[in-house]
Amino acid sequence: MTVLHSAPKIASNEGVLDALTAALGDMVVAGKEEHGEVVITVARDRIEDALRLLRDDHEYQQLMEMAGVDYPSRAERFEVVYMLLSVTRNHRILVKVSAAENTPVPTVTTLWPVAGWLEREVFDMYGVIFAGNMDLRRILTDYGFEGHPFRKDFPLTGYQELRYSEEDKRVVYEPVELAQDLRQFDFMSPWEGAEYVLPGDEKVAKAPEGGNPK
Amino acid sequence: MSVQLEQSPTTGDEVISNYTINFGPQHPAAHGVLRMVMELDGEIIERIDPHVGLLHRGTEKLIEHKTYLQALPYFDRLDYCSPLAMEHSYVLAIEKLLNLEVPLRAQYLRVLFAELTRICNHMLNMGSHVMDVGAMTPNLWLFEIREDCLNFFERASGARMHSAWFRPGGVHQDVPLKLLTDIADWLDTRLPTLFEDAMSLVVDNRIFKQRNVDIAIVGKEDALKWGFSGPMIRGSGIPWDIRKAQPYDVYDRMDFEIPVGTRGDCYDRFMVRVEEVRQSAKIMKQCLAEMPNGPIASLDRKVVPPKRGEMKQSMEALIHHFKLYTEGFHVPAGEVYVATESPKGEFGVYLVADGSNKPYRCKIRPTAFSHLQAMDFMSVGHMLPDVTAIIGAIDVVFGECDR
Repeated sequence: MTVLHSAPKIASNEGVLDALTAALGDMVVAGKEEHGEVVITVARDRIEDALRLLRDDHEYQQLMEMAGVDYPSRAERFEVVYMLLSVTRNHRILVKVSAAENTPVPTVTTLWPVAGWLEREVFDMYGVIFAGNMDLRRILTDYGFEGHPFRKDFPLTGYQELRYSEEDKRVVYEPVELAQDLRQFDFMSPWEGAEYVLPGDEKVAKAPEGGNPK
Repeated sequence: MSVQLEQSPTTGDEVISNYTINFGPQHPAAHGVLRMVMELDGEIIERIDPHVGLLHRGTEKLIEHKTYLQALPYFDRLDYCSPLAMEHSYVLAIEKLLNLEVPLRAQYLRVLFAELTRICNHMLNMGSHVMDVGAMTPNLWLFEIREDCLNFFERASGARMHSAWFRPGGVHQDVPLKLLTDIADWLDTRLPTLFEDAMSLVVDNRIFKQRNVDIAIVGKEDALKWGFSGPMIRGSGIPWDIRKAQPYDVYDRMDFEIPVGTRGDCYDRFMVRVEEVRQSAKIMKQCLAEMPNGPIASLDRKVVPPKRGEMKQSMEALIHHFKLYTEGFHVPAGEVYVATESPKGEFGVYLVADGSNKPYRCKIRPTAFSHLQAMDFMSVGHMLPDVTAIIGAIDVVFGECDR
């Protein structure tokens, strides 16, 4: 596919996926190259070895970012994505592991100190546990917050709201009370698979009354 | 005559404990809502534990509930000192998923305004950094330039700060010719005069140097390990600039230099920014000289809505307009990580699309998050007043750090 977009141009991906898959060997679960991104999924318990190999032997010196993603339909619902950058080879790859709530991911703070906060954020937002991270506190949410807000089953409005109470002279926490329903507009065209029964469509299933029309 | 030894006022049994003090969250030198729990031995810092998240608004979650176009204004509100640079990563990520071609004029306009944003951002940062270490006047002078920049944004998009002007496929609307000529005049006259005047007060100033030179030295190895980017990594002597290494839009046509530091201290980071302003002005002049005429957004009507005039003549255009502003466009399933060189460093967007009209996941990589994490390692052994210089040189904005 010809590249038409003007997004950042990194060094060529050609052969990178094959070379890295071969180098990582049995650690690799899957690998793909789509939309110009090399994505390698590795076994969860081997992530530290895999990233060490990529850092030391393949010049991916920097861990720029870690992201959690939630796919509730999967058996292991979370994905943790590591964005690696090579400043010498001018290349980026994404490395992924999957995890569930009760399956800890080995920490990579041993490789990059920057992983400390990045893992804390994924833990805070999704509840993925990182085994070996010595400081796995919440980071972005409020002190005393409960739950993991970026999970798909966590409501957008949350459960708690706070306000300053003039009577108590302090900030009080209360259950969320919406003055009007949260407006979730559905702009999907009804012809493209609406999840509700369209008005009038309920008649279709019923057998026509009074026999066949003349 | 015998020497009288003074008796120690203490018996030597009591334990002298370290202070633990709380810095922020409401402190003018915290550049927003940063709270730091500091452990001090006298005035020497032993440990810093930054608490972030006081400005966490759940932007990434909100974006999952909006269409691609509706999510765009959230990016202005991340780093509110450089709004257009935030939009840049996002629109490029969408375009990468769509593989959408952007007309040349739109690419030039984006680069022009991204660099204007860089100047605008550096004016705020350098001014407040200088003020944090004790000088008042340069800040006021630099704000004069910032005001000019904001006026240009207003003339281009109608909004001084939250422009929402970069759109998937190009920019929202064309700029008047007079604006371009005014920017060209400004680059030749007001900017160099005001900027060099202000800098002449600072760069060789004895007090400014005493407060910044040799403060928080970060070596190349550490800069890589702590995930530094932007002026922070360049201050440490690594010539890494995404505009140069991984050019996007028309940066590959631009001729500019990458300033690097030699010692990796706060002074170097400041001076890298000073030079970046001059280089940005150089890039902007090239943009203005080379900018072609033509469309300012992709003509793909499945992504970019038609102009109003067209809508009044064509039924097709009217339908497209309606569909794009209600349902929005669908983005093919896939995932991309797109990072651009924002004024503060690498600003990345990891976008997961599931084929619908809303992003499935949009992870924003803030620049300040990893820099702030290194606060502890950079500050240990320094004095309490050095902390303000270090925060100033990080260039942290909490809209972006906490998201």
